[in-house]
Amino acid sequence: MEIPYTAQPRKDTGLYNAKVGIWLFLASEVMLFGGLFSAYILLRVGATPGTWVHGLLNIPIGTFNTAVLITSSVTVVLSWAALKVGNFGRYRFYQAITILCALGFLGIKSFEYREKFSHYEVWLNQPVTVTRGGQEVQTDRLLGHIEYQGHHPAFWSTKTLAEKQVESFKFTPDPIHYKMTPKEMAHARKTAAGRKAEEFEFKAADVKRLSAFVPGHSTYFALYFTLTALHALHVLGGAVVIFYIWGPGAKMWKTDPERYTNRVEVSGLFWHFVDLVWIFLFPVLYLL
Amino acid sequence: MSDHSHQDIAKHVKIYITVFVALLVGTIITVALNYLHFDSMALTIAIALFVATIKAALVACYFMHLISERKMIYLIMAFTVFFFIGLMFLTLGAHYDYPPNTTTL
Amino acid sequence: MQATSPKQSHAGHAEAHHEEPGFWSKYIFSTDHKIIGIQYGLTALTFLLFGFCLMLMMRWQIAHPGQPVPLVGPLLAKVLGGVAAGGVMSADLYNSFGAMHGTIMVFLAVVPLAFGAFGNYVVPLMIGAPDMAFPRVNMASYQAYVVGGIIMFVSFFIPGGAAQAGWTSYSPLATSIPTDGQTFWLVGMIFLITSSLLGAVNFIATIIQLRAPGMTWMRLPFFVWAQFVTGFLLLLAFPPLEAAGLMQLMDKVAGTSFFLPTGLAVGGQLADVSGGGSPLLWQHLFWFLGHPEVYVLILPAMGIVCEVISNNTRKQIWGYKSLVYSSLAIGFLSFIVWAHHMYLTGMGTKISTFFQTTTMIISIPSVIILTCFFISLWGGSIRFNTPMLFALAFLPMFGIGGLTGLPLGFSASDLHLHDTYYVIAHFHYVVAPGTIFALFAGIYYWFPKMTGRLMSEYWGRVHFWGSLIFMNVVFQPMFAQGMAGMIRRMADGGANYSLARVPDAIGGLSDTIMSLHTLILWGGIGLGLVQIPFIINVFWSIKHGRKVTSDNPWDATTLEWQTPTPPPHGNFAAEPTVHRGPYDYSLPGKAKDFTPQNEPDQGGKH
Ligand code: HEM
Ligand SMILES: [Cu+2]
Repeated sequence: MEIPYTAQPRKDTGLYNAKVGIWLFLASEVMLFGGLFSAYILLRVGATPGTWVHGLLNIPIGTFNTAVLITSSVTVVLSWAALKVGNFGRYRFYQAITILCALGFLGIKSFEYREKFSHYEVWLNQPVTVTRGGQEVQTDRLLGHIEYQGHHPAFWSTKTLAEKQVESFKFTPDPIHYKMTPKEMAHARKTAAGRKAEEFEFKAADVKRLSAFVPGHSTYFALYFTLTALHALHVLGGAVVIFYIWGPGAKMWKTDPERYTNRVEVSGLFWHFVDLVWIFLFPVLYLL
Repeated sequence: MSDHSHQDIAKHVKIYITVFVALLVGTIITVALNYLHFDSMALTIAIALFVATIKAALVACYFMHLISERKMIYLIMAFTVFFFIGLMFLTLGAHYDYPPNTTTL
Repeated sequence: MQATSPKQSHAGHAEAHHEEPGFWSKYIFSTDHKIIGIQYGLTALTFLLFGFCLMLMMRWQIAHPGQPVPLVGPLLAKVLGGVAAGGVMSADLYNSFGAMHGTIMVFLAVVPLAFGAFGNYVVPLMIGAPDMAFPRVNMASYQAYVVGGIIMFVSFFIPGGAAQAGWTSYSPLATSIPTDGQTFWLVGMIFLITSSLLGAVNFIATIIQLRAPGMTWMRLPFFVWAQFVTGFLLLLAFPPLEAAGLMQLMDKVAGTSFFLPTGLAVGGQLADVSGGGSPLLWQHLFWFLGHPEVYVLILPAMGIVCEVISNNTRKQIWGYKSLVYSSLAIGFLSFIVWAHHMYLTGMGTKISTFFQTTTMIISIPSVIILTCFFISLWGGSIRFNTPMLFALAFLPMFGIGGLTGLPLGFSASDLHLHDTYYVIAHFHYVVAPGTIFALFAGIYYWFPKMTGRLMSEYWGRVHFWGSLIFMNVVFQPMFAQGMAGMIRRMADGGANYSLARVPDAIGGLSDTIMSLHTLILWGGIGLGLVQIPFIINVFWSIKHGRKVTSDNPWDATTLEWQTPTPPPHGNFAAEPTVHRGPYDYSLPGKAKDFTPQNEPDQGGKH
């Protein structure tokens, strides 16, 4: 006996095997991201006021990436529709766009990551005076960029200062801090636009804590990196599968077109799910 | 599913394009609203999640064909969503139900 | 795996097309559900023995604090070094062994045996399917399990040893222990979880899609229902733990603070972390799996017991529908009771009331299932063979375990009992003399199908009576110890507390309570010894057991007995058609006292 219903749907359930399989798998994925979203909510409502990071991501880039992913989703479903009417060429064309979109998404994402790794927060022992929103304020916490021996280093932490025996480094603060409300931040950004930023020279001894925007910076960045990295792995996995079916696996279109179309549909279902997760990740991480 | 005729598919394609446009518009709305800066954080969150939910529903219903799926799939996903909500809200409920001064745990 | 509609796939022919595969593809990288089932079974039994040995060493140590472990002590000192200096287990090593005992028993032994082994071997046969729906996914599931197991095993030998924070791995303790054991544990768990998820997808899809013609939902043997619900528990409860595992891994290797609170001090010093995390979050996510997991342990066991009881009472199982609906109810409810493991975190009264209520409700379907089994015995002409003995013993043992859960379900009484040996006794009664007895029953019952030979009845009985007695010697005293206030996970077994006690204070750790450690130790040694006949019996019977004279030596009704022995690749010579429910024993007016599910009605009604 051979395994039935690999291509044709079973009568009483109306489904072929892989369709059941992928939906079950997606159910478990829902719970996987459910666990992470629960963590997000619980950590956020439990955060001490003023410690929750927000407003530091690049919204235009995030929006563009969202559009890229949405585009890839529609090309997936269009390619499936093309196969349904037997148009293999059109299927290949649309699915090529999908794969390009996936690569584009990952490329943009890694660019965003890199930007974060060389962006810092410094906690100082003594407060300093900075201009925010046109006003002088005293603060012991600054966001900004480091310059040391002509370089903009990435991944530095409090420990690095001791390890590299750094005596002092140049620090260009941003005009904002996440302790401010979104409105205040927008105002501060506007007033600072076009003006030359202040610069500080901090001694290592002045620094209580130094952290780049890496997972260890705060629970927000921990969540940001964990969630987006896991999502990016899904994008990568999905793209590999779609590429396999599109390229080396395409022989099946000749031998068993119905099953081939099923494969395209199933990989598409996964792809839409990945898109769907991003639809929530984007506002939750970038906007709120 | 072999019960799709060519005309069916043509109709589907039209729907897909419509949904695609709707998703882009939804994205623009969310981002635009974000630049308005409502005073109430709760309102901001509510609107953003509302739009996201609609977008997600569009993807699930049309791109993933949930709107015309079989009963078995509905059943599986209904339970999943139920437990998803249970996980999220019972943990949250527990968090808010802790006596004062223990919530930082 | 060609696409064929069921009509085309025709009997007998299938065999001719297959050339004989080589050793590697036949036994190691097999996609045949029967081989994978046996692979799962052997691996899991090995881990079961290993986990048991860990515990035996621990029991010896807490019965004799500070003294070198006999026999294996020098070996421990040699292999593990400083943590077992002079053959004495240090507290660190005790904690490692304890944590790994729990992990191995739950995730590497009992679940793989109950779900991976029996589920794989029996379910496709029972529903009349040629194999699992996704054979290659099935193989991947087993391979992920092996990789996870290897990672767990290797972690014993890395510097600092294996994980020490218990099978529950509560943060921040788990993250602040400076060794790498926890990292290995987390990576291992991620593999094991992946394995379970792949398995769950496969099982559920198989049961939904590959039931033979006529095998309607209400004709499924209860064992299949139990596996079906178990599949859903794994599918939906494990992912949140996978998420939690990823987060704890980030805490461990990337310096995040998902579960580390602000102001955390380690070793008297403020930890260098951002803080802002929540230890309770870990507990929620862990127990969201943890509670369904206990039903993952028990449901397949109930399924096995049901098959064995029905077969050996030669009666319809009483209340088939109640069994099915109860198992569904258990599956559903087990997702919303988890925080009964967290009453002592200072939880508020509203949420606590909610979880106390659901916990009490979930015990109802468990009681219904047990009651159905008891009533099924009524008026049967019972065959007392080894599988039946184990299945019968399951009933009171699970009963004790379940009933002692009730006081734990109320936060008022749990206040006293939480984290004591009472809890240990409770869950071991459900899992050890409960589930593991059912698994033994399953092994004795299905062995003839797998090998074509029967296991020795005489040694089976020795194994059974020995196990029954010693299990109770081991676990019954723990109730007393727990109620006396003995806390679990103490490396000296409470010796320090017992010295500090006020001589005639009630409820202290008296000499009597402390001396129970010795009794338990000897119970444990006895339990180990009576497993020897079992192990020999298994291997000896493969070659020398009494040959079965028919494909259906127990005169059973379900489909797995209506195939050749052992079933060939593809299972059935021709696709079976099902005409009746699973337990048609002793139907009036029939020549035989059993009517297989695929036997057609001989014209008209009966
Ligand atoms: C039938 C009704 C049951 C009830 C009301 C019940 C209740 C409880 C409660 C409230 C606890 C937490 C005790 C504490 O930590 O203070 C507990 C622990 C436990 N139960 Fe049960 N239980 C039941 C059945 C089962 C079954 C069927 C199993 C497994 C097959 C099981 C396995 C466990 C395990 C493994 C733990 C301990 C977890 C740990 O802390 O390491 N229980 N039970
Ligand atoms: Cu529980």
